[in-house]
Amino acid sequence: MKTSSLAGGGLLIGFNLFNSCKPNAKPPIDLAKLNYNDFNAFIQIADNGAVTIFSPNPEIGQGVKTSMPMIIAEELDVAWKDVYVKQGILDTNNYTRQVAGGSQSIRFGWDPLRETGATTRQMLINAAAVRWGVDPSECTTDEGVISNAAGETLGYGEVVNEAAALEIPEEFTLKDVKDYKIIGTDAANVDIDKIITGEPLFGLDYKTEGMVIASVMRPPAFGQKLESYDDSASKAIDGVIEVLRFGDKIAVLAKDTWSAMKGKKALKAEWKADSKLESSEDHDKLMLGLLNGNKFETLRADGNVKKAFEQADQVLERTYESPFLPHNCLEPMNFYANVTAEKIHLVGPIQTPERTAKHIAEMLERDFKEVHLEMTRMGGGFGRRLYGDFAIEAAEISNLARKPVKVVFSRDDDMADGIYRPAIKYRIKAAVKDGKVTGYHLKEAAINSNMYGLIPNFFPAGAIENYQVDVARYQSNITTGAWRAPYTNFLAFAEQSFFDELAEMMEVDKIQLRLDLLQKVKGSTDERIQYSPERMEKVIKKAVEKSGWGTKPEGVYQGFVNYYCHNSHVAEVADVVMENGNPVVKKITCVVDCGIVINPLGALNQIEGGVIDGVGHSMYGDFTFQNGVPQATNFDKYRLIRMKEAPIVETHLMKNEFSPTGLGEPTLPPAGGAIANAFKAATGKRLYKQPFSKYPELLKGPKKEIIG
Amino acid sequence: MPTYQLNINGESRSIEVSEDTPVLWVLRDHLNLVGTKYGCGIALCGSCTIHLDGIAVRSCALTMAQVEGKSITTIEGLSEDGNHPVQEAWKEVDVPQCGYCQTGQIMTASAFLKENPNPTEAEIKDAMQGNICRCASYTRIYKAVEIAANKLA
Repeated sequence: MKTSSLAGGGLLIGFNLFNSCKPNAKPPIDLAKLNYNDFNAFIQIADNGAVTIFSPNPEIGQGVKTSMPMIIAEELDVAWKDVYVKQGILDTNNYTRQVAGGSQSIRFGWDPLRETGATTRQMLINAAAVRWGVDPSECTTDEGVISNAAGETLGYGEVVNEAAALEIPEEFTLKDVKDYKIIGTDAANVDIDKIITGEPLFGLDYKTEGMVIASVMRPPAFGQKLESYDDSASKAIDGVIEVLRFGDKIAVLAKDTWSAMKGKKALKAEWKADSKLESSEDHDKLMLGLLNGNKFETLRADGNVKKAFEQADQVLERTYESPFLPHNCLEPMNFYANVTAEKIHLVGPIQTPERTAKHIAEMLERDFKEVHLEMTRMGGGFGRRLYGDFAIEAAEISNLARKPVKVVFSRDDDMADGIYRPAIKYRIKAAVKDGKVTGYHLKEAAINSNMYGLIPNFFPAGAIENYQVDVARYQSNITTGAWRAPYTNFLAFAEQSFFDELAEMMEVDKIQLRLDLLQKVKGSTDERIQYSPERMEKVIKKAVEKSGWGTKPEGVYQGFVNYYCHNSHVAEVADVVMENGNPVVKKITCVVDCGIVINPLGALNQIEGGVIDGVGHSMYGDFTFQNGVPQATNFDKYRLIRMKEAPIVETHLMKNEFSPTGLGEPTLPPAGGAIANAFKAATGKRLYKQPFSKYPELLKGPKKEIIG
Repeated sequence: MPTYQLNINGESRSIEVSEDTPVLWVLRDHLNLVGTKYGCGIALCGSCTIHLDGIAVRSCALTMAQVEGKSITTIEGLSEDGNHPVQEAWKEVDVPQCGYCQTGQIMTASAFLKENPNPTEAEIKDAMQGNICRCASYTRIYKAVEIAANKLA
């Protein structure tokens, strides 16, 4: 198999059918049997020129199933209306990084996808040139049609078979941004027709002959192991086929979902505590204890923060506290597995198909080549489906039961057995001397794991001479992991409301404070710095302009946040008004620099969704434990934001030609801080803990209205 | 197990199923109509919304006895070719992100607009408040309902 490597990217693409064959080579498969001609793993071209493009990455609602094929189509030079998109399966020979996570699909796909489209186009040109007996450099393309200097034309479909037999060219031309016909234009969600008519799309919709549903009982509290169980009542339920134990879990297998769920309810199980059954009060005490102590791991230390605080004119120190959060993808966890002697067939919603498939192969002591994994469209991911625990369960059960099995979580299963956003507390301390911020010390106390190494190099790293980031953690038996914009989803609020308060203490303009700090970073040779002060400055200024910052009439209170994460620069300004004595968020102005925008229509959906998601969780998301048992497992006790609470989001995309960066996560972190800062302007009170709605006394207007 | 006579999307169907099976699971597992979704099972998320004699109801909280003899419409039966004005508005606005909640949203909206073809902003928001969109496409959902209302006017 011939692969091509990119200059400067290090990523490989495979063409699966034709190795460096000479013209006249016989293709290895009978193309006459295909309606579409297999060109390579990404592209099929029919004789009439219609194009099928395979989208490699899992689709969680972030829109890559639309935008990744758009990139290929652009460089292939076909009309978007002639393109049909199919979801690619897990195929490590031909696709790289089939992952939905970290807002990286477009960023990592940008070069390889353009190369795929451009090389294919070149091969089609080369084939036409051979047929005409002319030089390829004389040929041009326009939306699926090749022309030569004499004005003769050939459609892509007419030369696709000859093209596929040619060598993959080392050289290819990429379009200039100004010549884009597809990238930068609005494209509708490729699945919209199926979505709005209820066609089967999601893992929960997948069915095969002989499939059974598994409803799994897992320990009710974190820290428990299964001691014994009685499945007699379960087995007596109509539709229940069998009950089996695997590890500390019990699977009830049934013909249909309701019977499986009933079967699980009828199980009687005894559990014993294997490790400490933890409560939220314990966690709070432990984390505050860590923050108050001196046992930290230092992730970054510039200068001497201790000295800066000793020499300061003023010091500001604040503590910010956040709860665990469940992901609550609306489609609950589920996965299908059929483990047979011949192969392991896996189908379902998974953000990490390769890692999960390899884990399953290893667990079952089978060859990875025997695994065939199809990714379904996902009813949300948010990071929960990075972890293939549900897929591993399905494979285990199928292997034991020797049947095709789909594991289905109920909403209660899903919320109770999460891999949660960990509870975290931040303490931030700043030193001010002679009107300048001279020291900044960020401490993190987290459950299980600490911020990843890039974060200490986000703003304000490089802007403050004495700067330190320290982390500490408490190892809990509660499972935690990535949740949309890990760490930054709460740190942004802590940091940016700290800066809001700092500006007030220093009696300086809130915007100018950021701009002055960013000035210090310009021209920095510190290679660790992740953000661009120039791009951030532009975003801030645009946000000030578009939000009408400082020009609002009385009664409209604004809060400002600027934040960099997942490679994109964002600023958000929240507009809050008082209604019946309570502050209400009416609008958020959001400015985003994510470089070249592939699909503005899809981008806006991501951006708005991220902002409202950020507002919703900072306002309402609360998740506590009592003796290892989650205190909410459905929407009767756990609140998600709904239509009436959603503010208007007005988005402005910076126009430039930087390579594209992600949007799945970047607009969520700033939202909580933007509304908190606006609430402060409206009520005079600062919020230091989330969820905000838990502290109604802080969300009341000032008692006295100053008139005059 | 009892047998129930159902009228679904204009067709008569006979189903043998235990009497406590929610209509949602009869649709999804026994009739292969998977457009109606499961999100919470306690009628708080709206994913399972269908029409019962034209009224939007949460099928996860309905028993077979409650729907016998009545006319059920699921998303699959809302229109011939996905061309109900609400569905068309959905395409015009390009509403979905992940798409999972969308059939429930469309079913709630379509029943609401039949009853209230000229709604105010507050009335639309009240009507749609029971449907969760975890991806928070609320702005687009609202816009689509507004456009559909104009189409139906």
